[in-house]
Amino acid sequence: MTSPTTTAASAASAPAAEPSASGAAPTASKRSKRSTRRKSIPHTPLNPRPSIPLTLVTGLVLVYTLLPLAWLVVNATKDQNGLLDSFGLWFAEDVHLWDNITRTLTYDDGVFVRWLLNTLLYVVAGAGGATVLAVLGGYALAKYEFPGRKAVFAVVIGAVAVPGTALAVPTFLMFSTMGLTNTPWAVIVPSLISPFGLYLMWVFAAEAVPTELLEAARIDGSGELRTFFRIALPLLMPGTVTVLLFSMVATWNNYFLPLIMIKDPDWYPLTLGLNAWNAQAQTAGGEAVFDLIITGSLLTIVPIVVVFLLLQRYWQSGLAAGSVKE
Amino acid sequence: MRTHTTRRLLGALAMASTLALTATACGSDASDGGGSGSGGSPQDVKAALEKGGKVTVWAWEPTLKKVAEDFEKKYPKVDVELVNAGTGDKQYTALQNAMAAGSGAPDVAQVEYYALGQFTIAKSVEDLAGYGAGKYGTTFTPGPWNAVADDKAIHALPMDSGPMAFFYNKKVFDKHGIAVPTTWDEYVDAARALHKADPKVFITNDTGDAGATTSLIWQAGGRPYKTAGTDVTIDFGDEGTKKYTATWQKLLDEKLVAPISSWSDAWYKGLADGSIATLSIGAWMPANFTSGVTPASGDWRVAPLPQWTKGAKASAENGGSSLAVPKAAKNKELAYAFAEFATTGAGASSRVAEGAFPATRADLKSKAFLDTPFPYFGGQKANQIFAESAANVGSDWSYLPYQVYANSVFNDTVGKAYVSPTTLTDGLTAWQEASVKYGKDQGFTVGK
Repeated sequence: MTSPTTTAASAASAPAAEPSASGAAPTASKRSKRSTRRKSIPHTPLNPRPSIPLTLVTGLVLVYTLLPLAWLVVNATKDQNGLLDSFGLWFAEDVHLWDNITRTLTYDDGVFVRWLLNTLLYVVAGAGGATVLAVLGGYALAKYEFPGRKAVFAVVIGAVAVPGTALAVPTFLMFSTMGLTNTPWAVIVPSLISPFGLYLMWVFAAEAVPTELLEAARIDGSGELRTFFRIALPLLMPGTVTVLLFSMVATWNNYFLPLIMIKDPDWYPLTLGLNAWNAQAQTAGGEAVFDLIITGSLLTIVPIVVVFLLLQRYWQSGLAAGSVKE
Repeated sequence: MRTHTTRRLLGALAMASTLALTATACGSDASDGGGSGSGGSPQDVKAALEKGGKVTVWAWEPTLKKVAEDFEKKYPKVDVELVNAGTGDKQYTALQNAMAAGSGAPDVAQVEYYALGQFTIAKSVEDLAGYGAGKYGTTFTPGPWNAVADDKAIHALPMDSGPMAFFYNKKVFDKHGIAVPTTWDEYVDAARALHKADPKVFITNDTGDAGATTSLIWQAGGRPYKTAGTDVTIDFGDEGTKKYTATWQKLLDEKLVAPISSWSDAWYKGLADGSIATLSIGAWMPANFTSGVTPASGDWRVAPLPQWTKGAKASAENGGSSLAVPKAAKNKELAYAFAEFATTGAGASSRVAEGAFPATRADLKSKAFLDTPFPYFGGQKANQIFAESAANVGSDWSYLPYQVYANSVFNDTVGKAYVSPTTLTDGLTAWQEASVKYGKDQGFTVGK
């Protein structure tokens, strides 16, 4: 339906899309002229009439969104000199991007690489674990009847409403008593809990996995585990990727939790590490490394951009599931 | 596609768990480093060095990296772990939390002089006299030594000092044909002339900085704080304070100081492009200039601080920090050994070579130190000015035992003078009241 190939289809949908148009002769001839020049695409729900104000607003939003990114890319090519004495939104005379990247990766005995690995660890163990738990829990809650299910529902809904920041201090005190602060566990374990992810998987599993299918599998003699892995899990893939993406972004950007839990720079994630570099410029005798901070920030967002681009086709299909009655 | 992803995911998981395992393995040996804990004598320190172990040092000062390497080379059995647990306030908060939690405190901590009182009054740092620090009374210059030692105990070893000097952008002054001020009255005139010649140029920046304000009051002869144990007096009504407020109020009233906070990105930019023309700051500033203000290399020069009385030579300290050994440290003997190594003798000299400003008399007097040219300052032998300033620092200054708190409310009180019609004098009175109230709440006897 997106690109009608027959003239019949275009003729049929064109008047429907613009019922208010008074079929004046000049307009019609203009349109036919244009259609001879290049294939005219009729206005359909997937190709609505362009609106100038809307285009302007979206254009502004686009600039607003991309400007910081452009600034980051431009300034990552400058050295300290260029940062301080050239115009912020354009390149300095010399391009130091490669040099900056090498220095960022090697500065202070390559501590940036260590922070990058820490962040990967937190994301893989924390966000990955959170996704696994959310999928298992969501599936169980959606497809099994058991006593206390309603209570779990209430707890999960309640947990979604509690902001993570409110839990930070109690969590810190608890982990401190357990002697886990200043270890990676202090970041990984709290990240494993994702009430929103669980709720999302629950709703998704209820929609995406037909109970009849599970019944059929059981009748054919498949065990519960086998049913889950062979039948339910593939159907749950879009939801799983969505939860994975959300928790990955949240863990990658997490600042507050590591800030209160971790004091040892060897266990910093990138967010804390870059902040520590920034703080260096704020003290007597400290070394200002603005160029490295900016290049480091650019390097920090690259993996998350890549992950987003790679996974987006999965989660886009997932988000729309069940939104239309077929 | 999916199996591929799964395989990669499994690979990453395996890597992650290996990392986590090695991490716990590394972490667990922190506790078995030697050292008995209490007591401490020069013999114990020697024995501890022979036995070896691990010393955790919380510091942000960059030259300590070299010192740690040298120390490990000299004592191969000792492992120094240098941790940047935050800068200034952040580190003090972390340190106090670690002490309160009873675990995770470092063996050595960098503590600025103004903040040391907070730890000594709480008796949370070790008295280093027993370890052998008593013999260093004349090794360090009087200012820093007075800041770490009293007649009862030696609370830390001075690591560096910050005698004040006047840094000015020669290029800007030359361009407008304005003379470099030698008194604070001339300074106000220069501020007017500069701003008139180029409205983008300000003589300096100030949005309310407790450290800078107290240092200038110190130079003007004011002694607002007096402490004897838990008896504290705070009085911002003395002559020195009045000299400072009278001058600085003129600059604020005529909007002659740039509304830029020190240490911000805008500050570095202002220092680089000449819109902030002077700084009255500690002698450690050259390191910040060379690393942070690279485009202005060659533009800046150093001069003695402008004077409150023409022809005088008064100076004050601004910043500077010490190395203290927390009572909660696991390995105090080794901790002392490291602090001693870093602040005296070869350690101090190698730090000076790396760009730190010494607190030791010998280094301050050494010819190599005094004759070092600073390419950043057009080849000027700036250390001669700094050393002279160090000799002229006014005596008897003391900070509050809770100066960290007091400084944290500076902007709520004195800061108003920068953004509203409140005068500096009113602001300082409000600061005094806030400090008195907090002191009383903490159990100090506070008077005026």
